Amino acid sequence: MSTEAHAAEGATGYIIHHLTSLSVGEGFWRLNLDTLFFSVVLGGVFIWFFKRAAEKATSGVPGLVQNFAELLIEFVDGQVKDTFHGRSQLIAPLALTVFCWVFLFNFMDLFPVDILPSIAGMMGVEYLRVVPSTDLNATFAMSISVFCLIIFYSIKVKGPIGFAKELMFQPFGPWMLPFNLLLKLVEEIAKPISLALRLFGNLYAGELIFILIALLPWYIQPLLSFPWAIFHILIITLQAFIFMVLTIVYLSMAHEDH
Amino acid sequence: MSINATLIGQMITFALLVWFTMKYIWPPLFDSLEERKKKIADGLAAAERGQEQIILAEKKAITVLKEAKERSAEIVTLAQKRANEIVEESKHNAKLEGDRLILSAKAQVDQEIQQAREGLRQEITTLALAAAQQILGAEIDKSKHQDILNKVSNQLG
Repeated sequence: MSTEAHAAEGATGYIIHHLTSLSVGEGFWRLNLDTLFFSVVLGGVFIWFFKRAAEKATSGVPGLVQNFAELLIEFVDGQVKDTFHGRSQLIAPLALTVFCWVFLFNFMDLFPVDILPSIAGMMGVEYLRVVPSTDLNATFAMSISVFCLIIFYSIKVKGPIGFAKELMFQPFGPWMLPFNLLLKLVEEIAKPISLALRLFGNLYAGELIFILIALLPWYIQPLLSFPWAIFHILIITLQAFIFMVLTIVYLSMAHEDH
Repeated sequence: MSINATLIGQMITFALLVWFTMKYIWPPLFDSLEERKKKIADGLAAAERGQEQIILAEKKAITVLKEAKERSAEIVTLAQKRANEIVEESKHNAKLEGDRLILSAKAQVDQEIQQAREGLRQEITTLALAAAQQILGAEIDKSKHQDILNKVSNQLG
């Protein structure tokens, strides 16, 4: 996927232009400024909203903001309680953050594809990708963080030896040690990769379809982009939910001895 | 479109967000939820208690009403009895008073009869004397014939 090659014109050029990040630096040390900018801003929105609710939280009659925040909290807490049976200060807030942040990432997808890049173009910014979750860096950042937590909790709960034993002796017993190790490693590594790629793939494809629809004549566009946007409301929520639930599931698996 | 240092920036942002949520957002909201849950539970319990108390109070009210009815019936019976007694008493008193009045009237009548009789006797004595004087044509000495006069007078009385 060499979106850097943006010399092409016409439809291909348009698509490539939309999928190119605003970035600085070279090689690995390239920074996708748009991803960083939007994710920080959306994180700020999330924090601002919940902080407001948290500051005004009362046990009496809740206001609108608090009510909504509590709805989400109860929803996330219910999910955590269903799956995770240990005690953890981290896991529920983590799940809430994951859900809201991913949802806000995905929500950027519902803005018409040309609006924000055009505004940025007027201000002299050439490239802008507004949906952070169509950037592998954003999805992998979360899934690798979760992966680190999985490893951390596995070692913390089971002990280094216990964890090593689980890697080597399961599921087929000590006589199949190399095979077990291979299987386990694949299983563990598949977690962050599938987590990141699932979200990325869904949103990237969704965004691509929005871009393709935007290439059609104007009188056909609403006919297609309206149902797709409606469908996308489901997709973005579902993807955020899946990311959250899988995070909870992986972490609860890390907490459990087999 | 490849993995680059953005990843690290995103991871730091993510870690910060999670930390912030854990520290400042989750606990107050969750606590208020728990507190409200408790309040609601307490309220429901109180409502149930209230219901029970109402049932108890109703039972008590029924007993009290029953007692009051019995008591009032008793009072009415007593009052009727008392009223009968009063009526009887006043009848009795009236009868006594009537008898007394009759007796005193009788006594008065007797007295008057006595007086009238006395008067008549005197008059008759005088008349008899006058008649005797006429018949005998002679004077009758009152002092000589006192005995006879007294006898006559006594016979008249």
